[in-house]
Amino acid sequence: MKEEIITSGRLNPLIDPVLNVWHWEIPAYLFLGGLSAGLLFFASLYTIMNKEKEYSTAVKIAPIIAPIAIALGLIALMLDLKHPLYSWQLYTTIRLESPMSWGAWTLMAVMPLSVAWVAIYLDQVFPKVDRRPNIILKVLFMVIRLKDEEDENGINWEYKYKWMRDLKNWIFKNRVTMAWILMPLAIILGVYTGILLSAFNARPLWNTSLLGPLFLVSGISTAAATIMWLTESKEERVLFSRIDLVMIIVELFFIVHLFMGFLASSEVQIEAAGLFLGGHFTAPFWGLVVVMGLIVPGILEALELKGFHVPVAVPAALILIGGAIFRIIMVEAGQITRWLY
Amino acid sequence: MRYGMAIDTKKCVGCSDCVVACQLENHVPVGYARDWIVEVTEGIYPNLALEIRSERCNHCDNTPCVRTCPTGASHIIEGGIVKVTHHECIGCGACIQSCPYDARYTHPEGYVDKCTFCDHRIKNGQDPACVSVCPTHCMYFGDLDDPNSEISRLVNTRRTKTLAPEAGTKPQIFYLI
Repeated sequence: MKEEIITSGRLNPLIDPVLNVWHWEIPAYLFLGGLSAGLLFFASLYTIMNKEKEYSTAVKIAPIIAPIAIALGLIALMLDLKHPLYSWQLYTTIRLESPMSWGAWTLMAVMPLSVAWVAIYLDQVFPKVDRRPNIILKVLFMVIRLKDEEDENGINWEYKYKWMRDLKNWIFKNRVTMAWILMPLAIILGVYTGILLSAFNARPLWNTSLLGPLFLVSGISTAAATIMWLTESKEERVLFSRIDLVMIIVELFFIVHLFMGFLASSEVQIEAAGLFLGGHFTAPFWGLVVVMGLIVPGILEALELKGFHVPVAVPAALILIGGAIFRIIMVEAGQITRWLY
Repeated sequence: MRYGMAIDTKKCVGCSDCVVACQLENHVPVGYARDWIVEVTEGIYPNLALEIRSERCNHCDNTPCVRTCPTGASHIIEGGIVKVTHHECIGCGACIQSCPYDARYTHPEGYVDKCTFCDHRIKNGQDPACVSVCPTHCMYFGDLDDPNSEISRLVNTRRTKTLAPEAGTKPQIFYLI
């Protein structure tokens, strides 16, 4: 028998009795970042493959979510910082060994690129605006103006200033080059969400390099589900349903390997795996993430591809909810795994 | 120059004087602690073994906290002391997550704070506050690179252990057992 206790009454807030430094903000960012990474990955992939017409939702419509999601994710990250007024310090240095530094710089690059991506397609997605300005339009009037041509569907619009229109045309002309830049950045963003956690050797549950690919695949899966949900073209829905099915299978494969790796590792990692194999997180992880978030939508997607009618919203929503719960559980569970006491 | 500490677990009685001295010396906010006492009881009653340890930041040679810090606020100064520059710290918590000893905490003002080996005292040739108040003189502070220092002799001649060496951090606080 061995009992280890801190007898001097250490009760550092957020550290004792169990580490709980990161709350909902981090999983929220990991989810939104992974989703955006997947959406931008597909947008650039099908631009490079010259399939903009066939898969227009993936290239033109779904990426609209990306900058919004990244912005919300960044707000979550800012809320997590305990010394937020100094957050500009992230951009005074590049620290190659710190995943968070990589993430900060990647976001700095991805954010404007994703806004530019949305901006070059916005007039194709929403060619006309309503006559009566609503709140969103009022904000948009800072950068757009109405043209004279008007019909029953609304009024045509264009970007307000000439330099904006020139810039838009220039980027649109070079959109394949931009896609080549955006694709690796999207992959780095997606992998980063996992590597952020796996770099912490002090938290045995996170300390596996498999977390990078696992989070990337999960992010791509949530993006495929989103595109599948948004699209009105049957061809596109079938394609992204297939992609999602492959991602689900890869994810399940990674999860099995994750636990094989833990169980074949050192004691602290065996204990970490125990949280999911009989411990506190067994039911939420296997029930909500694996069965509800992966297996059930996978079966539904397979049935749909076989010709059964399944409302697309069901598997898509399950994938998204499962992806979010997966990140919440990993962040919560990882923080209570430790080396001492 | 490589500062380190040796703590004699046979002499420590777990009085927590080191904890209080640190809190006073470093103006540690109420409810926080940069060092703490761990009691380990092994065996089955009445055959028990007791070990008492005064623990703090291990000022590791291989520092995961400095590596994961995105701004460079966590850094190493002369003598291998790990410190945090308050005005560079954004309070992201990466170093807290990366420390196997949970030796860091977020100061109520937002930045991350931790043991400094009382570098303001050692500059003046004094021992860290915890070492200087210990009533059983169970703590030794000094230069591990100097083979003639008291701490070097103790670490070389006594049986020692470090905490969680398998975490790969190369801690510089040695427990004499």
